[in-house]
Amino acid sequence: MNQRHHEADEPHSLVLRLGADAPLVLESGASLAPVQIAYQTYGTLNADRTNAILICHALTGDQHVANVHPVTGKAGWWISMVGPGKPIDTDRFFVICSNVIGGCMGSSGPASTNPETGEAFATGFPVLTISDMVRAQARLIDHLGIETLLAVVGGSMGGMQVLAWASLFPDRVFAAMPIASAAKHSAQNIAFHEVGRQAVMADPEWRRGRYQQEGARPVKGLAVARMAAHITYLSEPALQRKFGRKLQDREAPTFSFDADFQVESYLRHQGISFVERFDANSYLYLTRAMDYFDLAADNGGSLGAAFRNTRTRFCLVSFTSDWLFPTADSRQIVHALNAAGASVSFVEIESDKGHDAFLLEEPNLFATTRGFLNAAASARGIPGGAA
Amino acid sequence: MSSEALRSDYRLVSEMVRPGTRVLDVGCGDGELLAFLARHKQVDARGIEISREGVAACVAKGLAVIQGDADTDLADYPDDCFDYVILSQTIQATRNPKIVLEQMLRIGRNAIVSFPNFGHWRIRTHLMFNGRMPVTENLPDSWYNTPNIHFCTIRDFVALADELQARIVRADALDAAGKPVGVKMPWWFWNMMGEQGIFWLARQGDRT
Repeated sequence: MNQRHHEADEPHSLVLRLGADAPLVLESGASLAPVQIAYQTYGTLNADRTNAILICHALTGDQHVANVHPVTGKAGWWISMVGPGKPIDTDRFFVICSNVIGGCMGSSGPASTNPETGEAFATGFPVLTISDMVRAQARLIDHLGIETLLAVVGGSMGGMQVLAWASLFPDRVFAAMPIASAAKHSAQNIAFHEVGRQAVMADPEWRRGRYQQEGARPVKGLAVARMAAHITYLSEPALQRKFGRKLQDREAPTFSFDADFQVESYLRHQGISFVERFDANSYLYLTRAMDYFDLAADNGGSLGAAFRNTRTRFCLVSFTSDWLFPTADSRQIVHALNAAGASVSFVEIESDKGHDAFLLEEPNLFATTRGFLNAAASARGIPGGAA
Repeated sequence: MSSEALRSDYRLVSEMVRPGTRVLDVGCGDGELLAFLARHKQVDARGIEISREGVAACVAKGLAVIQGDADTDLADYPDDCFDYVILSQTIQATRNPKIVLEQMLRIGRNAIVSFPNFGHWRIRTHLMFNGRMPVTENLPDSWYNTPNIHFCTIRDFVALADELQARIVRADALDAAGKPVGVKMPWWFWNMMGEQGIFWLARQGDRT
C-alpha cells in the first residue's frame, strides 16, 4: 500500500469518525455510514466560539491549507492567504479546513476501505453532491462545538461549498466569501470534466475502477485529465507570457513527438506530479459533484430563493481573465443576492493569471479578504485587528 | 471638488436621510458618505462603485459595495428595495442620465442627486470671455479627457425632473465655498450663484 492510499484511511490529520448510528443521508437518497472526515485546524478557538473560519478547498485541493503536505512535502496550498498575520489571520481566527467527502486525503471517498468488504469502495462509493460535502462539514462543525462560523471562504469548487453553506445553513454562516465561483456549473465546464473522466476511464489500468484491488494505476489517464484541466485554469496571455513558443532544452524542433515546446513539458510535469498525490476515482466523483451543482434548480429555479431572508454578509470576488468561472457567473450571484436583499459586496480583480489567480500572489485579493474578514470580525465583536 | 465643499455636500445629503432606512449610494467612491450614514444615521448602507480601489476601501470599512456601473447595473435591483438612492457628483459622468434617474426612482422611493452646476456665473463668464470650454478648480479636465460627458445646469435638472414626473421634495444650491446659496431664491438666481445643486426627488404621488 503506497502512501497516498494510506492517507485515504489513516491520514496525517485530525479525524472525525461518525459511526453507523449517525449515517450521512446523501442527496441521491443513499446513506453513508460510517463516515470519516479528515481536517486540519490553525489558531485557537476563542471562549465565545465566535472566531472560527471554515475554508473549503477546490477540486484537487485538500485540508493541508497552511502546513507541509504529507505526501508531496510541499508547502500548504494557501500559505499566502492563511497564517499568522496573513489575510486569514491565524493569530486571530480559528481556521478549519476538512478534506471533502469523496476526496482521497482521509475523508470518506472511493479510495477509502469499505468496512463491509475490506477493499476500497472504488466505483461502489455513492455519487455525491456539493450539498453532501457541506452537510458532512456541518457534522464536523457540530463536533467542534461551533454554532455559527464567523466566515466560510473558498475558491472554485470551494466557492460552490460556500454558497451551499449559506443556502443550507444561513444561521450558521455570519460571513460568506465565494471566490472565482458560480451558482451552477456551465455546459462548457461539464464538457471539460467529461473529457477528464473519459481520459481516466479510457486508461486500461483503470480496470473499471478496481485498480486498487488489482494492483494497477491509471496513471496515464489521470495525467491526461489533469493536463486538459490545467489549461482551463490558466489564460492564453498567461501561457504566452510564461512559455510562448519557447523550446525545451533544445535549439531546434526534433521532428518527433517529444516535448519540444516548454508548454508541453510543463503540462506533462503537471500531469505526472498530480497522479502522485491524487486518486483517479476521487477525480471522477468530485468532478461529478461539481457538474451536478445548480443552486437555483435546488430552489425551485430561483437563485434568489436560495438566499431568501439571509442575514449572512457576502463578499464575492472574480478575476478578469478567468474564463472557467467568469465574472458573469459571480455577477449572477450578486444579482440574486440583491434581489434577496442580502448584504453583498463584489469586486472583479484585474489579473491575467486565469482561474488559478485565486491561489496565487494577488495583493488585491489579499486586501479585499483582509478588509472583509476584519469588518465581519468587528461586527461580531471580536477584539483586535485594528491595524 | 474641494474637501470643504464635499463635506457640505455630504452634510446636506445626510440631513435628507431618515435614520434606520435603506440607502444605496451609486458611485460611492471610498465609502466616506456611506460610512458616515451608517455610523450617524444607522442606515443599512449599500453602494455601487466603478473603481476596484474604491470597492476595496469600502469593503475594508465593512460596507456592502458592488463593483459596477450606474448605467448598467441599477437595472438588476428589484423595485422599491431602497428608501433612498443617492447619486453624488456622478450624474454628469453617466452615459444616460435620464435612464439612471428613472432607475433610481424605480428601485428607491427617494432619489438624492448632487451635481456641478454648469450654469454657475463663473462657468458662463469663462465661456463668454475665453470662448473655450470652461476649466475650473472644481472641473479641472479639458473637454477631450473629461469623464463628465453630460453636464447640466440647475434649471436643466429641474426640467428633467419635470419630464420624469418626479416631485422635488427639497432643493439646495451650494456656492463655491460650499455654503447654501439661500432658501427661497428663484431658480434663475440659484442657477447663477450655485456651484452645485442638490436635489431630493420622490415619485409623484408618494408622500414621505
